[in-house]
Parts: sequence; C-alpha cells; structure tokens
Amino acid sequence: MKEYEYDVLVVGAGPGGSTAARYAAMGGARTLLIEKRQDIGNPVRCGEGISMDWLPKVGIEPRKEWISAQVKGAKIYSPSEKYVVTLTAEHAGNEVGYVIERDKFDKYLAALAARAGADIWVKSPAVNLIKEDGEVRGAVVRRNGELVKVWAKVIIGADGFESQVGRWAGIRTALSENDIIPCVQYRMVGIDYEEDFTHFYIGSCAPGGYVWIFPKGPDEANVGIGVTLKFLREPGEVKRYLDRFIERHPGLAKGQPIEIVTGGVSTNRPLESVTANRVMLVGDAARMIDPITGGGIKNACLSGMYAGQVAVEALETGDFSRNFFGKYEELWRREFETKNLRNWHAKEVLMTLSDEDLEKIVEVLSEEDIEDISALSLFLAIQRRYPELVRKFEHLL
Amino acid sequence: MKAEMAVDRAKCIYCGCCVGLCPANAIWLDETVVTIDEEKCVKCGWCVRGCPVGAIRAEWWSR
Repeated sequence: MKEYEYDVLVVGAGPGGSTAARYAAMGGARTLLIEKRQDIGNPVRCGEGISMDWLPKVGIEPRKEWISAQVKGAKIYSPSEKYVVTLTAEHAGNEVGYVIERDKFDKYLAALAARAGADIWVKSPAVNLIKEDGEVRGAVVRRNGELVKVWAKVIIGADGFESQVGRWAGIRTALSENDIIPCVQYRMVGIDYEEDFTHFYIGSCAPGGYVWIFPKGPDEANVGIGVTLKFLREPGEVKRYLDRFIERHPGLAKGQPIEIVTGGVSTNRPLESVTANRVMLVGDAARMIDPITGGGIKNACLSGMYAGQVAVEALETGDFSRNFFGKYEELWRREFETKNLRNWHAKEVLMTLSDEDLEKIVEVLSEEDIEDISALSLFLAIQRRYPELVRKFEHLL
Repeated sequence: MKAEMAVDRAKCIYCGCCVGLCPANAIWLDETVVTIDEEKCVKCGWCVRGCPVGAIRAEWWSR
C-alpha cells in the first residue's frame, strides 16, 4: 500500500472542509484535502439560501460567479396562507439574503484552499481511520480506486451529514428521531412566483419542517421540503408531501423540474463533544446546523476556520490531544452554541404546535411592525392576543 | 443469511441521507452503491421511513 504523510488531513471538500484546509495551509501546515466525489460541489445537496454578513470573517469575498440571486427578504406563510410575515433582509437576523450556486461556491472555496497551499485529491473517499494502540494516526483512502495510507497528525472530519469520521473516532454524533429532517427539492423552471423573496410555508404541509422556495431566476427556483423523521410513516413520504404542495399551487404546478436533490439535515441541540485525540469535526459532520433554519454553511465555514487554526497551533506545540482541542470547542461554542441551543428549544416547541396555533402566531406577527423584531416583542404581541397559546412556550424565555 | 433488506437502485440517488441517520452505523455508501450490514442493523426502520425517495425496503418493516 502506498503511503503519504501530512500534518493535517481534511476529509470532505464542502464549505467546512475547504475552509479548514485553507486555514491549516495558511498557517504553514502540510495539508491534504480529500473529496470522495469526482467533482467538488456536484451533485448539489442544498437549498442554497445563505446570509452574507459572516463572509468577511472567514475571508470569503462575495463573487458574482456563485451568487445566483439576491432577495429583499423572506416571507413566512401561515398554514392557510391567509397571513404572511415579511422579514426584510436588514432585519430579523438576515438569515437568507442570497441564493447561491453551491457547486460554484464549493469549487471557489476549494480553489482558495489550493492557493493557500493545500493538496487536493478528488474521487478519493476515506474508507477507515488508521489506529495504532487505539490512537488515530491517519486514514486509509481509496485514491482513484487504489487503497493508500495517509498518515496525519490531525484529522479534520468534514464529511457532512453522513459523518463517518466522527463515528470511527468514537465521537457521539447519533441523532434522535426528532432531530433528523429528510429533505427533497426540485430545481424548477417555468414557475410563477415572487422572485424578490425567499418563501417559507409552515404547518401540516411539512410536519416539523417547512417548504421553501428559493429564487434562482425570474421563472426558476429551488422548491424543497424537509419533514421531521418522527412524522414520516411511509417510505418516500417526504417526496409525496412536496409533490402534494406543488399540485396545490398552480404557479408551481405549471413548471417542470430540471433537477431533484435529496439529503438529510440534522436539527439537534449542540453535541457534548466534537473532538477526540487527533480528530476534530466541523460543520454538518459535527451536527452544527441551525435547528430552526436548517442552514449549515455559515457554521461549517466558521467551525472550519477555527479547526484549521487550532490544528496549526497543535502542530506548533506538538499536542494533538482532545484536551488541546478544547481550544477549538471553546471557539465554535462561543460563536454559535447559544444560538443553536435556543433555536433547538424553539424548534421543539414549534414541532408540537397545530395548524391552528401556527395560524394565530403568523396572524399576530403579520400585524406587527417587524422593524422591532425581537423574541420578546414577538412574544408580547402573541401574548396580548392569544394568552393561552403563549403558555406552551413561555418557559423558553 | 438471507438478505431481508434491499436498496432499489433504480430509485436511489445516493444522497447519503440513510447513512447519516442510521443509529447503528450499519449503512455504507460507496459512490453509487448503498450497502446495509444486516448484522449491525437494529431494525428501527428509520432508513425505510427516512429515505427521501423511498428506495429502502425491509421484509420486517411494517407501519
């Protein structure tokens, strides 16, 4: 078996992995980024909606080549669609301001990693970790069909929702049935819709999840759905929920799909630990997705940056222990653990609400001045109108 | 041992959703082929219900 030696091995060239590899290489680490697919970024497994305010923090400049559309804001529809809350991009946390081309975005980030000095292998899945006396020493990789050994001092698991590296390293990444969202999306053309907004539909059309429409052009959008696994009974049911939604909306039903995208999203509370000796997990592999929006790219890039930086520090000190990687745990937790935990609690409550309850909430919010959108103001507004409903989630505040 | 589970390759679009949600780590995706290790499988049925395109079948599964 051929053997290679690196300081840092990053498994998976999505946004988290490429960002980790870029920061490791920038710090002088001999870095290898491996991607199991032949084509980085393809096939796309994503709704492609992101916010942008965090990009400078991870050294990413917005580029025309991967921005598909910019929207004025988001519209959230009540279950009957009678009421709509409009959140403008400037307010409400600006959760989805842009729709991107994920394949081009991922290639752009991989290119930044390469220019920082990282080696990249495509069509090269990790098939297992190399362990000696119980210690992780690297990974066995199938490079273009040939098994090779890659010895590395630090391994960064950026292998997405599948999250194999974490399991091999003994990190507890298991999810509950409440925290798994199977998703289906069509990229549709020839549709009629309001292209200046992202659209979110909640309630029994997508139990424990939502239907989204993310603009890709005047008559083109990503139309997708996620449903909490707990509410899925039949094989293929999530796809049928989406097909039913499209059938009921003539503007969508007149269009045609040019691509089907599927995948899993995790909506768990932050994990106890995402590190082991010599191993750090980032992004979706570390179950870092925002439990309310289902968005993973921002946290993947932020955690990837921190993991790359801490890997460099580990090389400087020669300490690759889980204890040393406590630095990484501290950095990502300071950045978004509180928000993810709060959003997980909120999601747990939202999941229990009936269409009738959700209708009332959206009704009240649609009448409020969204300039002043804060959890407290929303809560007070709902309390004024529907005090009995508020009892279901007042413990959250 | 006779296989009790099967992946319909005509339906599967190898997204890896089943791999990520399997609590027993019994599912493996290799390029376009999904393999289920039935020795490891705990028969929870999550993959059967969770596969977005309904490509996984299990003889023991019933709703």
